[in-house]
Amino acid sequence: MTAQEDLEEQFAQWRQYVQRRRELVPADADELEDHLRGSVDELVAVGLRPDEAFLVAVKRMGSLDELSREFAQEHSERLWKQLVLTGGTDTPAADTGSRRDLWAMVICAAGAAVSIKLPELFGMSLERDGAFYGPNISLFAFPWLAAFLAWRRQPQPRLIAILVGLFVLGAVAANVYPLAETSQSVVITAIHLTIALWMVVGLSYVADEWRSSRRRMDFIRFTGECFIYFVLIALGGGVLIAFTFGTFNAIGINPEVFATQWLMPCGGVAAIVVAGWLVEAKQSVVENIAPVLTRLFTPLFTAVLLGFLIAFGLTSGAIDVEREALILFDLLLVVVLGLLLYSLSARDPLAPPRLFDKLQLALVVSALAIDVLVLLQITGRISEYGTTPNKAAALGENVILLANLAWSAWLLFRFVRRTTPFVTLERWQTGYLPVYAAWAWIVVLVFPPLFSYF
Amino acid sequence: MKVAKDLVAASATPMVLGILAEEESYGYAILRRINEMSGGELDWTEGLLYPLLHRLERLGHVESSWQSVAGERRRKYYRITDQGLAELAEQRRQWDTVVDALKEIWLGLGERRPMMALPLEGRA
Repeated sequence: MTAQEDLEEQFAQWRQYVQRRRELVPADADELEDHLRGSVDELVAVGLRPDEAFLVAVKRMGSLDELSREFAQEHSERLWKQLVLTGGTDTPAADTGSRRDLWAMVICAAGAAVSIKLPELFGMSLERDGAFYGPNISLFAFPWLAAFLAWRRQPQPRLIAILVGLFVLGAVAANVYPLAETSQSVVITAIHLTIALWMVVGLSYVADEWRSSRRRMDFIRFTGECFIYFVLIALGGGVLIAFTFGTFNAIGINPEVFATQWLMPCGGVAAIVVAGWLVEAKQSVVENIAPVLTRLFTPLFTAVLLGFLIAFGLTSGAIDVEREALILFDLLLVVVLGLLLYSLSARDPLAPPRLFDKLQLALVVSALAIDVLVLLQITGRISEYGTTPNKAAALGENVILLANLAWSAWLLFRFVRRTTPFVTLERWQTGYLPVYAAWAWIVVLVFPPLFSYF
Repeated sequence: MKVAKDLVAASATPMVLGILAEEESYGYAILRRINEMSGGELDWTEGLLYPLLHRLERLGHVESSWQSVAGERRRKYYRITDQGLAELAEQRRQWDTVVDALKEIWLGLGERRPMMALPLEGRA
């Protein structure tokens, strides 16, 4: 009896080794195990003890390396990580799980697509009512994505209530203020409500673990991947629309109304849900793209920023801070922050500082230097022209990003000098997330009345 | 004597298809069958057999199913398809050609060898 148990344990151990091979799927492991058992039975029948038989049988099968190489030649596709949408026949439990996810995603995406057309029942028009659709645009997609994530996470009822409450608050903020289509505040509300509601999606993503720094970092990863998937889907959508126009025009039907009134808005909001689902489904199936892009662009951005600083020093000219300049430099800071965040997200927290970290420090410091120059130029201008919602929002963002990057630079510097562990930097970034959310909500809720709905 | 690896690989497909043409079977039994038939001279490994079975399945020559025969473990059984039978017939034709040609040559050699050997002996 114990000999049999021993044997079973050895089989279990052997299975573990086999399953670590990516070339061998569980069905192969089953098949090979059956083979091994056949071999063992035969050896036992000729008089070997079970443990001896096991050893001989394993030895006969040959090394696992060789075996998996042979399998890899036939199943080379297994070395490419594949996204299995409906699951194979390997693990029934995981299969039903992913299928249920698929259905939940389809329902949420369809809900998003329907919801953006609903206002038309009340006489709204995508073409004419920009003042309505602009601020509300994120409300057609993000609640559905949050719903999908919440469905996956099954958070406590209290958190669900908070999520619903925040979306209602967003809807109220977008619609209660009397903003004209031409006012600056419409655009500002549209942008900042999107940021604020994305943070609500984030709350739905981290769910009950909203305090955990690791989970917040996961949300940062999720954001980057989601964005990349959305861009890819949008590119595909562009091709689809181009063909729709081309083919239907060829037979004398003008598909413009269909494409602009149905395909683009419905596809756009549904794509956000689909992108979120893809990120969830493909975790660990596909390599994360955002960190790869970060690796590519960090040196390039550093070079450009340093070049800009040198050129600025040589010409000693003034920076043209008219109109869009502040927003441009805000966006620069956002890009630098993104580069910083996504290389943080893919970094092994225990690895010692490397050249790349120094490069990153150079990037952040040069971005800070440029931003300080811009801020020096701009402070005089604001009192000159008086404040507008645009300027106030842009300036506020600049200050927030500056504070984040300045402290990040300090932490990076200390990390490169090996006086602070890497995790401090990660904590700083994840702890800063609520600041963005708070500022976005302030802009959405307080700015319109503050600037008398200008 | 062990059969060379290339030859084992070349003859693997018709052998497996031939065994499966008799009746459906599973990996271990196929391997044992080949061992018995060749008196242990054919050095087949699991790394050869299972990927080959999977390839034949992908090509549609065999189909597989997990079955549990009474009193036995659950096993993956392979069954030959009509397409596999056609493939087997084609491979047989090719092999027959090769074997016939080889026999022709070797038998011819056997007849000629004494003639070639004779002058040598005569000179000695």
